[in-house]
Amino acid sequence: MSLDLISSILGIAVFAGTSLTYATIGEAITERSGILNLGVEGMMIMGAVTGFAAAFHTGSLMIGVLAAMGIGALLALLHAFVTITLRADQIVSGLAITLAGTGLASFLGERLGPDHGALVGLQGPRFRDVVIPGLSSLPVVGEALFAQDLVVYSMYLFIPLVWFYIYRTSPGQQLRAMGESPATVEAMGIPVLRYRYIYTMVGGALAGLGGAHLSLAYTPGWSENLTGGRGWIAVALVIFASWRPARAFVGALLFGGVNAVQFRLQASGTTISANLLNMAPYIMTILVLVLVSSASSLRSRLGAPAALGVPYSREERT
Amino acid sequence: MKFGRLSALLIALLLALAACGGDDATTTTGAAIDTTNGTTSGEVTKVAFVYVAPIGDLGWTYSHEQGRLAVEALDGVETSYIENVPEGPDAERVIREFAQAGNDIIITTSFGFMDPTLTVAAEFPDVQFVHVSGYKSAANMSNIFGRMYQPRYLTGMIAGAQTESNIIGYVAAFPIPEVIRGINAFTLGVQSVNPDAEVRVVWTNTWFGPPEEKEAAEALLDAGADVIAQHQDTTEPQKAAADRGAYSVGYNTDSRSFVGDSLLTAPIWNWASKYVPLVEEVRAGTYQGDESWWGGLDTGVVDLASYGPSVTQETIDLVEAKKAEIIAGDFDVFCGPIIDQAGTEQVAEGTCMEDGDMLGMSFFVKGVVGEIPAG
Repeated sequence: MSLDLISSILGIAVFAGTSLTYATIGEAITERSGILNLGVEGMMIMGAVTGFAAAFHTGSLMIGVLAAMGIGALLALLHAFVTITLRADQIVSGLAITLAGTGLASFLGERLGPDHGALVGLQGPRFRDVVIPGLSSLPVVGEALFAQDLVVYSMYLFIPLVWFYIYRTSPGQQLRAMGESPATVEAMGIPVLRYRYIYTMVGGALAGLGGAHLSLAYTPGWSENLTGGRGWIAVALVIFASWRPARAFVGALLFGGVNAVQFRLQASGTTISANLLNMAPYIMTILVLVLVSSASSLRSRLGAPAALGVPYSREERT
Repeated sequence: MKFGRLSALLIALLLALAACGGDDATTTTGAAIDTTNGTTSGEVTKVAFVYVAPIGDLGWTYSHEQGRLAVEALDGVETSYIENVPEGPDAERVIREFAQAGNDIIITTSFGFMDPTLTVAAEFPDVQFVHVSGYKSAANMSNIFGRMYQPRYLTGMIAGAQTESNIIGYVAAFPIPEVIRGINAFTLGVQSVNPDAEVRVVWTNTWFGPPEEKEAAEALLDAGADVIAQHQDTTEPQKAAADRGAYSVGYNTDSRSFVGDSLLTAPIWNWASKYVPLVEEVRAGTYQGDESWWGGLDTGVVDLASYGPSVTQETIDLVEAKKAEIIAGDFDVFCGPIIDQAGTEQVAEGTCMEDGDMLGMSFFVKGVVGEIPAG
């Protein structure tokens, strides 16, 4: 492969992986607090449709992004209420939100346009590439990393910030602890349930932001099935990434890049079967799972929070 | 704990119902009003449509919806539809419910609805069933489709005339005969005006996957393509081409208002031209209920969209002349000599492919770069 091709594929992987990165880090934060959220796909697609509609009507990308994050957080609030306050099954609630979110997004897509018409096919504002002088002339990675849009650049800042928060601050330490042993954290005087609400909503807002990157930058505009299952990939990527932000980014790049590679191989007239190439992301997931789990099995069984998915109540401490 | 689980299920149920409200919109409008108004129409004919995708797809289902609206406009006809019906057991349930609701004509518009339609047709001998894009029929079930390969050939001529890099990208859906036939017809059209141009194929294995279809188009543009054609139902390949200053050939409907003038043209469906006479014939009792109908350009069910401003008058004249030849029956796309990718002659000069062979087409013609995946 030529350097140009590598650079081009890296650039597409970053662009395609941005929505996945936000959604995956969001889900990792939620799961770290002990709440499993399978509603990511629903929150992403609702973020995509709301973000596009808001940006379309106001002409402001920032309002679009905020609306998408808001609707994601709102759906997550519902998930938090059902699973934390009512202590209902987290899997059922998450699946319900994904099913409902997908349907509701289609419904809204037909009604949020001008004069209560359809949004489908309309062109609205979109994030454009902002080339950073200097950095973008670096060999190979320059154009790939530094000729992207603002949501991508925010991601570059966001990943180290999340890492710092989780591993270097005391609230971050409490976040990690409440996914392992909520009773211990509670005993320290920290209101676990309140923080679980907050971290679930943070995860939802990030899923919404991922959706907004799709409808405002990656595939600008609204159409049905815009997320194409990316929310589910994000849920899988959390395990792939062992709940770590930097690994989530690497995983998102791999998933974002695989299609770019396989379509390019096809376009150059390759003889590799398209069916095999389409299997590549899934084979890669299994491979990485095997590698990650065999390397760190002694330490932490992948790093899954011990209390993940277990409802917590002060009264029922054992 | 029990309370929690129950409430989650209840909320899940409520949410699912809310979702269905948006998804499975059943609409019944129209001629009932005509009859109460005392217009001359006698008995109301009820026509029901079963769609596989949302009508907002701007593609395949949207094109059928335009046909339904034309039928709806007829006096004494009442129509209804259900969108987003998954292929499988649900389809049979939906079709049966339509039959039980007293519909006179039920039109099912996806390949996967063929067997469910056949099953329900046997149970309701007095209802006329019409299946689109399949091959099975019964005494009260016809199958209809359009010779989309004819306008695809014409769009190939335009793409071949327009390309400067002599590389044309084709974003292909699934490796089935219908798609292969479309790629071949398009390529034959390209080669008829520009034998040096090649058509590069990328399979996405989607009918409606916005991100994949965009990525596939970009890969083709990166490989040097300056015209992008497609078989899927989204406008993403056309938008990807427009973003790079390249041209595109759409599909299903005229998407110029959404894509802009980089759209050269598109092979499109015009289902009203079949549905309106079909419904009228059924009402008059003259419809041949078990027909196998594959309509070409001459019937109007397939056609070309508007031409983009960059298409030269010379090319338009050439295409219009060829279109007239096809309509008159003086020319058809799969008439020999047709050479495949390996250089073997598949159709000899002076002969034309039979419909059966076209429906099972499994080779690429010369000029296509790409492979048909096995399986």
